[in-house]
Amino acid sequence: MNHYETVFILNPVLSDDQVKEAVQKYADFITSNGGTLVHQEDWGLKKFAYPIQNKKSGFYHLFDFQISSDAINAFELEFRRDERVMRYLTVKLDKHAEAWAEKRRERQTVKS
Amino acid sequence: MSTLEQASKGGKQGEVRYLTPLNIDTTTAKKYCRFKKAGIKYIDYKDADYLLKFVNEQGKILPRRLTGTSLKYQRKLSVAIKRARHLALMPYVGDLLK
Repeated sequence: MNHYETVFILNPVLSDDQVKEAVQKYADFITSNGGTLVHQEDWGLKKFAYPIQNKKSGFYHLFDFQISSDAINAFELEFRRDERVMRYLTVKLDKHAEAWAEKRRERQTVKS
Repeated sequence: MSTLEQASKGGKQGEVRYLTPLNIDTTTAKKYCRFKKAGIKYIDYKDADYLLKFVNEQGKILPRRLTGTSLKYQRKLSVAIKRARHLALMPYVGDLLK
């Protein structure tokens, strides 16, 4: 089991329900492949620094999860096949990154 | 006293020499690695506002010769900036970022 973090960008033309459905799909994918979703974040509609597919903004979502390394390939394949996902980035967290993620989560719970 | 003699002969004109060194501070502030100093172990690619300190107006990564970052953290920093660019949190090319 490794600790991973994924940020993905969903197409801004989707409706709220479609976004929720897509996010749910990936959350289910993690849990159904023996992983645990530690943390989930919705950054909302954010402006891009440069246009992607002629769009100027997108829905950013962040997943923080633990899963075995075998499942990552299939997980990223889902992103590549999905037209709703414009960009994704999966990063394996080392011990310093985990500590930072923990701190970040605490800070956000204080804020909200 | 060679200078005076030279000056009188018109040898080296316009050259000013001082007998005692002038009291001008020529030492510059020592650069330091801000990650080492602040004890930052992980550079977060999600924090684009912070990474903006390490790029120039065009969005290029500043060399550590200018920022003073240690090699270890410059490597991590460049990876973080490249990740942020991929997610469109930072521009690949920009104009007047600052």
